[in-house]
Amino acid sequence: MSNYLGNYSLYISLIASVYLIFKSYLDANSENKYLDKNFILITSIQTIMITVSFFSLVAAFVISDFSNETVFNNSHTLKPLFYKVSGTWGNHEGSLLLWLLVLSIFLFIFLLNSRSQDTKYKLLTILFQQIIISGFLVFILLTSNPFKMLYPIPSEGLGLNPILQDPALAIHPPILYLGYVGTSIIFSASLASMISGNIGDKWARHIKKWVLVSWVFLTIGILLGSIWAYYELGWGGFWFWDPVENVSLMPWFCLTALLHTVIVLQKRNSFKEWTIILSITTFSLSMSGTFLVRSGILNSIHTFANDPSRGLYILSFLFILILMSILIFFFNQNKISNTAKENFILSKETAILVNNWFMMFFLSVVLVGTIYPIFLEVLNGSKISVGPPFYHNLLIPFLIPFLIFMSFGPSLKWIKDKLKKFNYNILIIFLVSLLISYVILTKTENSFLLSIPLIVLSIYLLLVTIKDFFVSKSSISQKISHFGFSLLIISILLNGLFSNEFNSNMKVGDERIFNDKVVKLKEVNVKDVDNYKSLKASFEVTNKNSSFALYPEVRIYQQPLTITSEADIKTTLFSDNFLVFNILKDDGYYNVRYQYKPLMIWIWISTIFIGFGGLLSVIRKNEQKY
Amino acid sequence: MSKNIKFLGLLLTLIIIFIILLKGLNVSKDYSNEKLKSKIDFSLNAKKLFSDEIINISDLFDKNSPSVVNIWASWCAPCREEHQFLMKLKNMNINIIGINYKDSPKNAKNFLSSLGNPYSEVITDNDGTKSIEFGAIGVPETFIISGKTNEIIKKYIGPLTSENLIEIKNLLEKNA
Repeated sequence: MSNYLGNYSLYISLIASVYLIFKSYLDANSENKYLDKNFILITSIQTIMITVSFFSLVAAFVISDFSNETVFNNSHTLKPLFYKVSGTWGNHEGSLLLWLLVLSIFLFIFLLNSRSQDTKYKLLTILFQQIIISGFLVFILLTSNPFKMLYPIPSEGLGLNPILQDPALAIHPPILYLGYVGTSIIFSASLASMISGNIGDKWARHIKKWVLVSWVFLTIGILLGSIWAYYELGWGGFWFWDPVENVSLMPWFCLTALLHTVIVLQKRNSFKEWTIILSITTFSLSMSGTFLVRSGILNSIHTFANDPSRGLYILSFLFILILMSILIFFFNQNKISNTAKENFILSKETAILVNNWFMMFFLSVVLVGTIYPIFLEVLNGSKISVGPPFYHNLLIPFLIPFLIFMSFGPSLKWIKDKLKKFNYNILIIFLVSLLISYVILTKTENSFLLSIPLIVLSIYLLLVTIKDFFVSKSSISQKISHFGFSLLIISILLNGLFSNEFNSNMKVGDERIFNDKVVKLKEVNVKDVDNYKSLKASFEVTNKNSSFALYPEVRIYQQPLTITSEADIKTTLFSDNFLVFNILKDDGYYNVRYQYKPLMIWIWISTIFIGFGGLLSVIRKNEQKY
Repeated sequence: MSKNIKFLGLLLTLIIIFIILLKGLNVSKDYSNEKLKSKIDFSLNAKKLFSDEIINISDLFDKNSPSVVNIWASWCAPCREEHQFLMKLKNMNINIIGINYKDSPKNAKNFLSSLGNPYSEVITDNDGTKSIEFGAIGVPETFIISGKTNEIIKKYIGPLTSENLIEIKNLLEKNA
């Protein structure tokens, strides 16, 4: 029943999409002053149909309707309800349906929110957005229909990969998609504004909300993915430069650049073309992300589907969209009224431009690292693996100038600033950060020449962003995000510098001495839980004056047979103690990895600050002043 | 640089990237040992599960028609799921040879007596070496082997599904 409902709603949505494409194209060429009422009506019908379709898939998962192939492949009656629901988007078909749902809901919100905009501009936005929606609809119906029926109806499903049964991962894809799909509105709107010729401060104010919303969701989505990797994968890191992770980071760099550029457009009415290019690039990167992840072209622990016909479709669709946007860009370039004013070296505009250069640099490094292996494999058949050293060596040195610029860029004035008289505050802050860095660096042996300026500058930036809360006149949301960013950099640096670990095979009763701690494996308990068998170990870590217990776990799932390690982590404000163990053979020995990671929690907290700043900017009305 | 040249340059770059990614899609991402192993060494000796008798595995195969080999274990949950399909194959009069992978004979026999025995013959593989000879990487795996040439015609990694059954039947008829 729900299969038919879901399937036919998709067809109705496709018909609505085709109607809207033609209707908006025709109306955009006529000189209608008002938006036809039908647009809101048909768009809401489409949104409702896609919602119905999505929830009929959710329902099929909840009631474990194994006549549905997607449910059969990805669910199991023994699964807890929460994971049955999240299983809906934990697979290829369901996640595409979620993409589609968010696409249509965003267009609907856009229409409700842009009443005051020019009609032609709205029509064109509907046109481009519907082209994207119909592309996804056809993709789903042709290659990834989530409502395929199975007969005879199996009595039991194949289960969900247990590694995906995690609360952070259950909400990670939807949040990330909100960010990805938000960029589609920016893309459609910027193409529309290019053709209708209304790029300017007014448009910037209107689109800035969408940029901010997508950016906040993308930031939080990446954060959740990282938290999942840290707690669930049990590798003890928060970022692995895995291609699938990179794919979410690339649009983030681009969107961050766009976020700053849009402010220039709003304030100074310049950087028009650059804003459009960034909008197009951001969306193309979000789409490429979908292509790279969903086509199975990447070699990654995250790759899901491996179906070339799907890859071919997304690839063609992606290139049609890019080609379309390039054509529109080149043939409407002359419509952009050149209002660019004289730029002075020492101004906020220049500072934001510098920010953009850095973002583009970071973006290109990650882009090359992610897709170069694919290119090389095609061109001469050799397989290379690009790992963390590549990214670290290319990115970290450039953080030094970046941090310098970030410390003074935001406080520069628009148009033209003067070199101020020597500022004693700055000198004091700099000396304080030198002092703090000295104290920190004496505590570690592995200080490289590079880490000295990095630590000094990141502490300096942190202090400057704190000072700005009291002195600077810029918006509170910007202060919070910049503060969060400086906190993130310093946490990552200190975490990298002071982390250490040991790896050893232990049996029950064994003790290992590590730095000033003693780690003891006390016992291992075997227990049958809901849908898995659990081996829970009990470790005791004794310090000079304190001790605490850690209980890592190994879970053996039956459907499908998978073994996962649940690390136990003791988190304090200063450090994380991370312990994970694995079964070796049947000889009673377990492989134990213990890690000491300082300031781990601050990496999450600072990212929340970054996102919170953006959120504040969306909801605060008087933010528009800045 | 004139606008047209910029446009053409960009277009050309895009087309090249498109072609490379298109080719990339077709590069095989299958790193299983399927490709490494195409023939079976029939000189292996193995012990039968039920009679403890040691035989040469070539005796198990029909020289004139293809056979199905299934690697399984009583402790393997997906094997339990797959079992119903093996029984269906048996009911279609298809000859299945079982390789019991790293299992205790007692558990293996219990498994077959409680669920039914789809195999014409089961050989034991205590240390997993026989399965390696077949190029297997885990349980369950199913092979279709041509009796004439000893070649692996088809290999299924993981439990069989209802769709595989028809495919196996067709393969056997085609190669008979």
